[in-house]
Amino acid sequence: MNSLLSSLAISMRQNRGFYGALFLLSAIYLIYNILHPRGFSSAVFVQNANESVAIVFVAMAQTIPVLMGGLDLSVGAVMTLASCIASVLVNGSPLQIVFGMIVTLASGTAFGFANGLIIVYGRLQPIIATLATGAIAMGLALFIRPKPGGDIDGDLNWALTNSLWDFVDTYQLFDPDALWFQPIAWIPTPFLIIIVVAVVVWIPFRRTVTGRTIYAIGSAEGPAYMSGLPINRAKIAAFTLSGFFASCGGLYLAIQTASGNADITQAGAYTLNSIAAVVLGGTSLLGGIGGAIGSLIGALILRVISFYFRILSIDPLLQPLVEGLVLLAAVSLGAIGVLRVKNRLDLFR
Amino acid sequence: MSFSFASLKPEDKPVLIASGFVLVILLVGTVYTMATQGSAPLLSPNYLLQQLQTGSFLGIVAAGMMMVILLGHIDLSIPWTVAAAAMMATTVGGDMALPTGIAVGITVGLVNGLGVAYLRIPSMIFTLGVDSVLRGLMVWHTGGFAPQDQATPIMRFLAADKILGIPVAIFVWVAVSLVIVLILGRTAFGRAVYATGNREGAAYLSGIRTRWVIVGAFVISSVCAAMAGILLAGYSTKAYQGMGNAYLLPAIAAVVIGGTRILGGQGRYAGTVVGVTLIVLLNSVLSIMQMPEAGRQVIYGCVIVGMLLVYGRGNKVVS
Repeated sequence: MNSLLSSLAISMRQNRGFYGALFLLSAIYLIYNILHPRGFSSAVFVQNANESVAIVFVAMAQTIPVLMGGLDLSVGAVMTLASCIASVLVNGSPLQIVFGMIVTLASGTAFGFANGLIIVYGRLQPIIATLATGAIAMGLALFIRPKPGGDIDGDLNWALTNSLWDFVDTYQLFDPDALWFQPIAWIPTPFLIIIVVAVVVWIPFRRTVTGRTIYAIGSAEGPAYMSGLPINRAKIAAFTLSGFFASCGGLYLAIQTASGNADITQAGAYTLNSIAAVVLGGTSLLGGIGGAIGSLIGALILRVISFYFRILSIDPLLQPLVEGLVLLAAVSLGAIGVLRVKNRLDLFR
Repeated sequence: MSFSFASLKPEDKPVLIASGFVLVILLVGTVYTMATQGSAPLLSPNYLLQQLQTGSFLGIVAAGMMMVILLGHIDLSIPWTVAAAAMMATTVGGDMALPTGIAVGITVGLVNGLGVAYLRIPSMIFTLGVDSVLRGLMVWHTGGFAPQDQATPIMRFLAADKILGIPVAIFVWVAVSLVIVLILGRTAFGRAVYATGNREGAAYLSGIRTRWVIVGAFVISSVCAAMAGILLAGYSTKAYQGMGNAYLLPAIAAVVIGGTRILGGQGRYAGTVVGVTLIVLLNSVLSIMQMPEAGRQVIYGCVIVGMLLVYGRGNKVVS
């Protein structure tokens, strides 16, 4: 028990940003639910979860290149591309739907893989290479869906955007009113999707040699190379995984809105918000520190802040200003460490 | 003549290759128009001047952006600096329109610079935050609509009039370019920008006040964006929401295509001018070909990747 506590204390000291973000999220979501006129209810939770999935996935996608000290400016575009592909393919018979979802995820993953190849073998800076490939992804998305629209299976839309009860009810898996099912029936399906993808994909990946190499590259690439770590493989894997997460976001966005929309402005906004979410989640833009779970929390913080506008009577015209100020204040909090630096040379990393 | 390609300085190579590519674009466009319409509008001086007039807005933004990229930083607050300067200038109007717009630029630049240099917040995220604050301020100020105020006559003159058949906007671009070239090549500040971009710690130890260098570069970047905003408002007779959104990524692309290292410390201003010309001409050739937006985006991306693969490759990590 004691050793558990002390290891938790060590973990907290090592991941201040992450635990700070977790605390902030719990605090603001608790206050949100207290202030909400109807109090906590499954319906509000479902709606909040629905609106968060896409940005959460895009933020997780952005995290992995950032951990290497790079940046992926194509995540929003890859997400848009995936949602456009999904809006064409995810309908018809159950088999066709599954096929469509697999093709959507595979194409996003393949795009990330191509990003990785260009960056590793072309030896380009990630930020500028993905700026260009992002334009290519946007172009492909526009080819597939020149005008907003699309056709998504209605049952799937209903099942994935409501609580687990509705999911079971839609597909007649078993009696949704079964007694054992009651304690978890209220959980929103989108919330579960995020948790499952994060636990099944990210946490095992982080423990592999490739995953640890990504952290090593972010801390110091030269020494990582000299230690015999698979640098190239890790870089390609990082961008491939980034493409996978981005396409998860795109697939869900298409299912949620039952359409695809190749909107360049929206794609850009997702990319920029993902950077903000990554930083809020305690990942260092210099690389080597942080993780996708932190970005998940960072993205949720961004979303919860915007939920506040609905229940507080803030002038809608002031909303963008408040959002901007909160973002600026949050990142400035991280700068407090600068005041403690004794040797000024430590500032210039 | 011992001239050979390999003997070129590394920072000159991109300028030459990009210039060559500009000629290729012109050639392809001309062949296309000759084949389909039997004329060569791309080679007529009037057409080129008109393209460069709209390109001068991008050129001015890219000039400022280059200062920041030379430091290894980036300025993502360009879009709403452009819009904010234009909106404040048209709101104030009269003789004070231009000074107001420039003052907006200086203020934004100071905030950016102080945040990046003194708080040591990565420029990527700090300027992003400043951008959304500016957006918030402008939405609050205008009520979310395009403001009704008209651009002043002097703004109209600077952006849309012609002297001796040459658009005034091009003269403004040339003037900005001269100032930037003088700053980079002839002043201590310019040398300090390159030094700080190469290694800030070393520059600091050799007596350069690197934090003021960073603040200065961000102020130049924001003032350039503000000037572009004022011109753009003059060109379209009024300011509107999101008017700067189309300038951020092309400006970064133009600077990088021109051979400036995205990590800082290396790059020539001539390259940025060539990069801007390349992007502007590429856009106009694609619109002559009536290429749909989808194809444009793909070609645009492929050109950037292609150019960088030719000369923007980094070194292999070996230790």
